[in-house]
Amino acid sequence: MNSSSITKITGTGIAVRGNDIDTDRIIPARFLTKITFEGLGAEAFADDRKQLADKGETHPFDQEAHKNSNILLVNKNFGCGSSREHAPQAIKRHGIDCIIGESYSEIFFGNNVSIGVPCLKVSESDIALLQNKCESEPTCDFSVDLETLEIKAGELSVKAEFPEGARQQFIGGTWDVTAELLQNDTDITATANDLPYFNHWQ
Amino acid sequence: MAKNLYNKVFEKHTVKKLSSGQYQLFMGLHMIHEVTSPQAFDMIKERGLNVRYPHRTFATVDHIIPTDNQVRPLRDTMAEEMFNALEKNTAANGIEFFNTSTGKQGIVHIIAPEQGLTQPGMTICCGDSHTSTHGAFGSLAFGIGTSQVRDVLATQTLAAAKLKVRRVEINGTLGAGVYAKDVALFIINRLGVKGGVGFAYEYAGEVFDNMSMDERMTVCNMAIEGGARIGYVNPDQTTYDYLSGKPYAPSADKMDEAIAYWESIKSDKDAEYDDVVVYNAADIEPFVTWGIAPDQSVAVNAELPKEEDFSVNDKPLIKEAYEYMAFTPGEKLIGKDVDVAFIGSCTNGRLSDFEEVIDLIKDSDLTVPSTVKALIVPGSQEVRQELIRKGYDKIFEDKGFEFREAGCSMCLAMNPDKLIGNQICASTSNRNFKGRQGSSTGRTLLMSPAMVAAAALTGKVVDARETFSIG
Repeated sequence: MNSSSITKITGTGIAVRGNDIDTDRIIPARFLTKITFEGLGAEAFADDRKQLADKGETHPFDQEAHKNSNILLVNKNFGCGSSREHAPQAIKRHGIDCIIGESYSEIFFGNNVSIGVPCLKVSESDIALLQNKCESEPTCDFSVDLETLEIKAGELSVKAEFPEGARQQFIGGTWDVTAELLQNDTDITATANDLPYFNHWQ
Repeated sequence: MAKNLYNKVFEKHTVKKLSSGQYQLFMGLHMIHEVTSPQAFDMIKERGLNVRYPHRTFATVDHIIPTDNQVRPLRDTMAEEMFNALEKNTAANGIEFFNTSTGKQGIVHIIAPEQGLTQPGMTICCGDSHTSTHGAFGSLAFGIGTSQVRDVLATQTLAAAKLKVRRVEINGTLGAGVYAKDVALFIINRLGVKGGVGFAYEYAGEVFDNMSMDERMTVCNMAIEGGARIGYVNPDQTTYDYLSGKPYAPSADKMDEAIAYWESIKSDKDAEYDDVVVYNAADIEPFVTWGIAPDQSVAVNAELPKEEDFSVNDKPLIKEAYEYMAFTPGEKLIGKDVDVAFIGSCTNGRLSDFEEVIDLIKDSDLTVPSTVKALIVPGSQEVRQELIRKGYDKIFEDKGFEFREAGCSMCLAMNPDKLIGNQICASTSNRNFKGRQGSSTGRTLLMSPAMVAAAALTGKVVDARETFSIG
């Protein structure tokens, strides 16, 4: 199985600012006509990047200083919209190992758990501090500790929130749940047999 | 203790509590399509696993299918490859595939109810966020990612946390020319796109009691646009009448047994909720979105909001929306030119949606002007056949609409139906995100089928109640 323990993520931060950034912006649907997730990393935020480039500006994902950044800093309701796992896959395949933000859509959060990318929550004032930090000092070392839920960036230290169940999954290396689900086969059969509709009411 | 439907159905399908504190939840019905399933089939193959209960998974092709011509091979080789993968994976695993050749193909959230697969008291999942649609029948239905599609294929279960439940009650009677789509947009306008995060929405009150199943599906479809992964309506006689006689519904001799189960999972009269909101139907008008998120909407005749009406935190997004849409705060949408009109999608691509439009346009002198491209895209082959049987395809074409084959079409533009440049599209779909309809600068105005029909015939955003003298 693919699951391994994840307790600490270190690297540098990259800020993508804005509330309600939806999955179609993270990876526009027209890039999804393929049967694998390969190559999605290059197309993350494709339209936003192009629109900024057309205006003579540079999206964080195109900035040389953030080329190797692996900790994404976002605002409210990040990843709203589609359930397509292509969005978290695109971000992960771009090189992001961890997301820190004010809040997430539920499906997006869960999809990230199942591919091993923790999405931590911090307060509005703390995300502003962290975003400012990585923008003013792109090489500043960030660390995210899932044991203590502490995020450090240079002299900054902020406290994060993360659901206890998900935290245990990362620390215990069980974020890929298939193995645990398979273990309960007898219970699965029992539950199935208790459903009146299970065999199409035959 | 008195319980709501969410908790009853959740408990009935709980296999076990997992080490993470989440629950292993059994999935009564699993729908798959070509976009989010091929990677999942590859994953179970890599792990040497089989599909646990093939008879509880059903497949269709909808996102990538062209609507002008379904002839194989598809012109887009990548789309053809996805189509092939689904054919191969379903055949290899004994999964029924409502392929184009069966006459039952269509958008996943339209065909499952149409075939009677969607039933009360079920847990239903699909790798598509609009799976919330199926909650209209009193089921717990929600969208999942591809890793969860893998888990459901391999075990018929997934790991789920328990949601809170908010009862959204709307009493009174909707005004003439106010439709289920307006109810959906109204709720999102009031509660916001983030308001439902962490909640399942139970829709209740006279407005929902009086709705047809198609109308209930329209509202539940858009629960996710308000952040709620699940939206549902308690089942009633309307639900049972709809299901009666459908291919996968209980046969006549099993119907009493089925109804007994369906009645047992309804919310108890004194059930408790984590939150309750109550609205009055009289406050709901035809709504139109003006921005880039589904809660950025106004009643059709209202002025667009001013930036100062929003909190400091929301201002950047509002500014971004105005910039993208090229609209000005304080102006009205009425009279804005429309380039494209799209009637279809899992929100409004059902038979009754098109019948309603036919009722409005058939006696109108107006036809679609040459400046407008107007698409009628049935949600399924069965809907399409029924429209043809009634001769409605001819009426649509006489009025200047293109009458297409079944598919997701311009809702998300993973197929040839796309906006060009910064065109404005009056659309019955569910998302007005930037770039959603296939052009990175395309603009979407979400509205009801009646409002889109009026926009199609006049080439402008108009109040359909005036165009068609409704009420």
